[in-house]
Amino acid sequence: MSGGTTIPDGKAAALTGAAADRVRRKRAYARHYWPFVVPAAVVVVAVIVFPWIFTLWMSLNEWKLGSGRSFVGLANYERLWGDERFHGAIWRTLYFTALAVVIPVVLGVAAALAFHRRFPLRGLARTIFILPMMATPVAVALVWTMMFHPQLGVLNWILSQFGIPPSLWVYDASTVIPTLVMVEVWHWTPLVMLLVLGGLASLPVDPYEAAKIDGATGWQAFRYITLPLLAPFLMVAIIIRTIDALKAFDTIYVITQGGPGTASETINIFLYLNAFAYYNMGYASAVVVVFFILIIGLALLLLWSRERFKDAA
Amino acid sequence: MNGTMRARPWKRRLENLGFGLAVLALVSPAALVFLWMLSLSLKNEVDNTAFPPVFIPSPPTLDNFRAVFERNDFLLQAWNSIVVSFGATGIALLVGIPAGYGIAKMRATKAAVLILIARITPGLSYLIPLFLLFQWIGLTGTIWPILITHLVLTVPIAVWVMIGFFEGLPGELEEAALVDGATIWQAFRHVALPLARPGITVATILAFIFSWNNFIFAMVLAGRETRTLPVAVNNMLTFEQISWGPLSAAALLVTAPVLVLTLVAQKQIVAGLTQGGVKGG
Repeated sequence: MSGGTTIPDGKAAALTGAAADRVRRKRAYARHYWPFVVPAAVVVVAVIVFPWIFTLWMSLNEWKLGSGRSFVGLANYERLWGDERFHGAIWRTLYFTALAVVIPVVLGVAAALAFHRRFPLRGLARTIFILPMMATPVAVALVWTMMFHPQLGVLNWILSQFGIPPSLWVYDASTVIPTLVMVEVWHWTPLVMLLVLGGLASLPVDPYEAAKIDGATGWQAFRYITLPLLAPFLMVAIIIRTIDALKAFDTIYVITQGGPGTASETINIFLYLNAFAYYNMGYASAVVVVFFILIIGLALLLLWSRERFKDAA
Repeated sequence: MNGTMRARPWKRRLENLGFGLAVLALVSPAALVFLWMLSLSLKNEVDNTAFPPVFIPSPPTLDNFRAVFERNDFLLQAWNSIVVSFGATGIALLVGIPAGYGIAKMRATKAAVLILIARITPGLSYLIPLFLLFQWIGLTGTIWPILITHLVLTVPIAVWVMIGFFEGLPGELEEAALVDGATIWQAFRHVALPLARPGITVATILAFIFSWNNFIFAMVLAGRETRTLPVAVNNMLTFEQISWGPLSAAALLVTAPVLVLTLVAQKQIVAGLTQGGVKGG
C-alpha cells in the first residue's frame, strides 16, 4: 500500500516524504488498537445489539407472558396495521412531536441570541436557565402535576390573576397534549439554546461589520447573516429535538399515564402498556420495530432535507 | 449610520430595559418551578392546599423532610440509586475510556455510528428482551438487572465523549513514547490517559446524571427492595395518596444531587452536551 493514496480530502498531494512516512506508520499502528475496544464491544453487544436482534425475532411470535410462545410470522404487524388505538397513538405522537420541536427551537434561538450578548449576571442567568435540562424528570413531573391541579393548582391561580378562566390542563382530552408539550418545552429548550449558542460563538464577525457599514438593521442582519450561518446548528438541534420528542416518556407517564382515556397515549406509552401492563411481548416487539423505523425514517428525512437545503443555497 | 451607537441615551436605556425583561421572561419559568418545589416542601399541609396559594412558607417547617426520612425505605431507595448510578458509571468508564481511545486511533467511524443509533433507539425497546432475559436467568428481584440496563445509557455516552476527546488530543507525545519503545498500552496508560482527565470528568458527570435521572428501567425491573429514587417518588404519587408537602420534599431530595452537580460542573456539562447533543433515555 503506498502511503499517501488512501488519505482523504486531497491532502495526499501536500504530504512530503517524512509526513507520508508518519501517516503510513500511524495506519500500520491503527489495527493494533482493537483490543481497546473489545470490553466495550462485549457490553454493547450484550445490552444493545442482542436486544435489537431478539426484538426483531420476538415480533414474529405470539408471546403472552405466562403462556407459551408460538411463531406467527407477520401476524403482529398485520394486527398493528388494523389497530385503531395504535393509529391514534401515532397521530398523537406526531402532534406532540411537531409542537415539542417547533416551540423549543424558536425559544431556544431567542434565548441563545440573548445569552450571546454580554449583560450583568449573565453567568447566573444561564445557569438557572439550563437547570431544567438536568433535573430528574420524575421529580419535576410531580411538581407539575401539583401545579396542574384544577382547584388548588398554582397555575389556575396565575390565570385568574390575568382574568383568564381556569383550565383543566392535563385532566381534559383537548388540552392534555399542549399541556404536556409545555412541560417538554420547559425541560428541553435549554439544550437547543446551548447548541445554538455554540453555533453563535463560531460565527465570523466580518459579515456583520460589512452589514453595519451598509446600514443594515438588526433584524436584517439576523435574517440574512445569522440565520443562514446558523442553519447547520439549527438542523442538528431540530434532529435531536425530533428524536427526543418522539421518545418522550417519563413526564407523560408520570403525569397522565396516557390519560384521560387514551388522549395522551403516545407510541411509547402504548408500547409500555402492551409490554408491561398486558404482557403481550410479541405484539409490543412489533411496536418497537415500527417505532424504530419511524424514528430512523424521520431522522433521515431531516438529514436529507438538510442536504437539499444546502444544494439550493 | 450605526443604529445603536448613535441612539439617544433614553432610547438606549429603554432598549436595555426591554432586553432585561426578555431575559427575565426566559429565566423565570425555570426558576419559578424549582422555587415552587422548595416552597411546597417547606410548608405545612394547610398552607399547601390553600387557595389562593401561600407562596412564602411562614414559618418554614422541616416536617415534610422528616416525614420522608421516617419512611424506613427512603434510605434504602437512596442507597439503591447510589449503587446503580455509581456502578453503571464506573463500568462505563472502565470499558468506555479505552474504547474511545481505540476508536479514535483506528478512525473507526462505523463504530461511532453504532453508538449514535444506540442513542436514537427508545430506552423502552431494550427493556422487553432484557426483561425476558433476566427472568430466564433468574436475576429478577436483585439490583443487577437495573445496573446492567443502565449500561445502555452510560456506555454510549462515555464512549461518545471519549472519542471526541481523544480525537482532539495531539498524537505526538504518544508517538514519541512509542518510538522510545513503549507498548501501545503503556502509551495509553501513561501518556494519553493523564491528558484525557478533563474528558473523563465530562463523561463521568454525564453518565452519572443520566443514570441517576433514569426512571423507566428501574420502573419495570425493580422489586420492592430494589427500587431507585425516581421509581419510589413516582409510586408515592400513584399508590399512596401522600400529601403535597412530603411529596415535594421527596422530589427535591431526589433531584438535589443533580442540581448541585449542575451548578458546580456547569462548564463540563455544557461542553459534553454541545459536543454530542446527547441526552439520556
